[in-house]
Amino acid sequence: MLILLALIIGFLYAASIYMFLRRSIMKLVLGIIFLSHATNLLLFVTGGLRSGAPAFTNADGTVDLSTISDPLPQALILTAIVIGLGITAFSLVLIYRFYKETGTVDLDELTESDKT
Amino acid sequence: MTLFLPVILPLAAIVMLLFSYKLNRLQQFISIFSMSLLVLLAIHILLEVISNGPFAMQAGGWEAPFGITFTVDLFSAIMLVTTALIALIVTIYSIGFLDKTRKQAGFYILIHGLVTGVNGSFLTGDIFNLYVWFEVMLISSFVLITLGAEKQQLRGAVKYVVLNLIGSVIFVTAIGLMYGQMGTLNMADIALKLREIEHTGLINSSLMLFFIAFGIKAALFPFFFWLPASYPTPPVAITAFFAGTLTKVGVYVILRFYSLFVITDLTTWQMIVMIIAGITMVSGVLMAASAYDIRKILSFHIISQIGYMIMGLGIATVIGLGGAIYFMVHNILSKTATFMAGGLFFKYRGSYDLKEIGWIYKDKPLLAFLFLLPALSLAGIPPTPGFFGKLFLIYGGFQAGAWEITTVAIIVSIITLFSMVKIWNEAVWKKIPEHSKAVDKKTLPVSSFWSTLVLVVLIVMFGLGTGLYADYFFEAGRQLMDAELYINTVLK
Repeated sequence: MLILLALIIGFLYAASIYMFLRRSIMKLVLGIIFLSHATNLLLFVTGGLRSGAPAFTNADGTVDLSTISDPLPQALILTAIVIGLGITAFSLVLIYRFYKETGTVDLDELTESDKT
Repeated sequence: MTLFLPVILPLAAIVMLLFSYKLNRLQQFISIFSMSLLVLLAIHILLEVISNGPFAMQAGGWEAPFGITFTVDLFSAIMLVTTALIALIVTIYSIGFLDKTRKQAGFYILIHGLVTGVNGSFLTGDIFNLYVWFEVMLISSFVLITLGAEKQQLRGAVKYVVLNLIGSVIFVTAIGLMYGQMGTLNMADIALKLREIEHTGLINSSLMLFFIAFGIKAALFPFFFWLPASYPTPPVAITAFFAGTLTKVGVYVILRFYSLFVITDLTTWQMIVMIIAGITMVSGVLMAASAYDIRKILSFHIISQIGYMIMGLGIATVIGLGGAIYFMVHNILSKTATFMAGGLFFKYRGSYDLKEIGWIYKDKPLLAFLFLLPALSLAGIPPTPGFFGKLFLIYGGFQAGAWEITTVAIIVSIITLFSMVKIWNEAVWKKIPEHSKAVDKKTLPVSSFWSTLVLVVLIVMFGLGTGLYADYFFEAGRQLMDAELYINTVLK
């Protein structure tokens, strides 16, 4: 499972960087989405990958660390997903507005504001 | 409770502003009122820290490593006061400066959102909570930078949004790696555990990721390209506030993380920091020398001056860090003031392009001086605060034997003066070019003019009174270097 997740995370990072290097602005947003998914999965792995047991203490207050995974990273991912949702929505509106104003989705159109 | 108020107060103001949506006058009143309260609150916290030393508070009564900690020391208290002051002044400035559409589209709400995020970042003692405050700050700034949706603004915003998002993602990745290693998110707890365990390579890799993430926010070399592309695009009232606060939050966090978490490979880290500081200073100032738009020149100078602050970190002595903190305060004030004065030039002459405008001294001598004083402060002419900031840094640098970076700092200072003199010559002393396309508006919004005047007076007073409170800045530097103090404050 760990190997599989590592491969998926690596693939997502690679895909997002590939998307960043394309010229289309829509692909740029897709790149951001892939990148945040890759990071969420990375956070997920840091909690340990153990399935089948809820993250509760036993009735006598002890914790068997070998059966449960750390629930905190999952809470962090939840926060990160919500923030990611808001940001994705904003970037989509932004590029739509950009397309309306400039009539193009080409990133090379952006150089105008760099001129001194 | 006191420590949570700097976050709760602007949030409460946002709620009230949402209820008074589109009621312009009421919104202005609420904004000025809440920002003034924030200044008083920040001063109250600063006085408390001065008399009783650093202290911490736990959210919801959860014990330190488990809950979210808010903590304040002299450094964060000084930053709180400075940003609250700037927020108040910029809010007043924007009343006369911004057009009605932008104000009604939620400018006041967003600026409160920005202040919430900035205050939260200064106070929190938890790395994931820091990420959340960063996002609060970023989302507000995303909307602020696109407010009005002009073509040029959208072009700048795409770059700003994408590069800052990549920075945030790198930040979360670093948090994930750090948590996987240390099993805690509390900054004091991480610092404590780092001092107990065997140091592994993975800590250095996540520290490097943190450094890159904050380097993007702080606009360090080689991550600064989003700044000159996006900062000049929105109206100056917005840029002035960004210039004063956003990048400095990045610098604040770099200083804080470095002093808490970097304990092995100190010489390597120090060398990296010094080299980056040097290149940041030089590249910023050289790009500014080639620009001819007031906002562009000033934006490039933000980058150059971030280099000075990071240089203080590289020196890593009490004088170096104290000097860096003093320099940050000076830079927040002076940089905002130059932007505000540049905005007034635009209001009066109708253009930001130095080739189109001129002769402000003839029509409005006082306005010319409103630009001159903070500009001289940026260049470091005595007795402005910029002089003392550079004095401390250069003195600290020579004392620590870092003569390479110190020499660079002195040379960059001279080129800064060149840029400022260029704006002065072109905008203030030169005759208006005959072929100029800019149309004189000859209007100066009252609130904008007076708020700039007040800020400039504050800067001059801050410089003249340096001898009275320089020791507090060095004390802040000492507290920043003393990781034990931070750990004990949070975990005791």
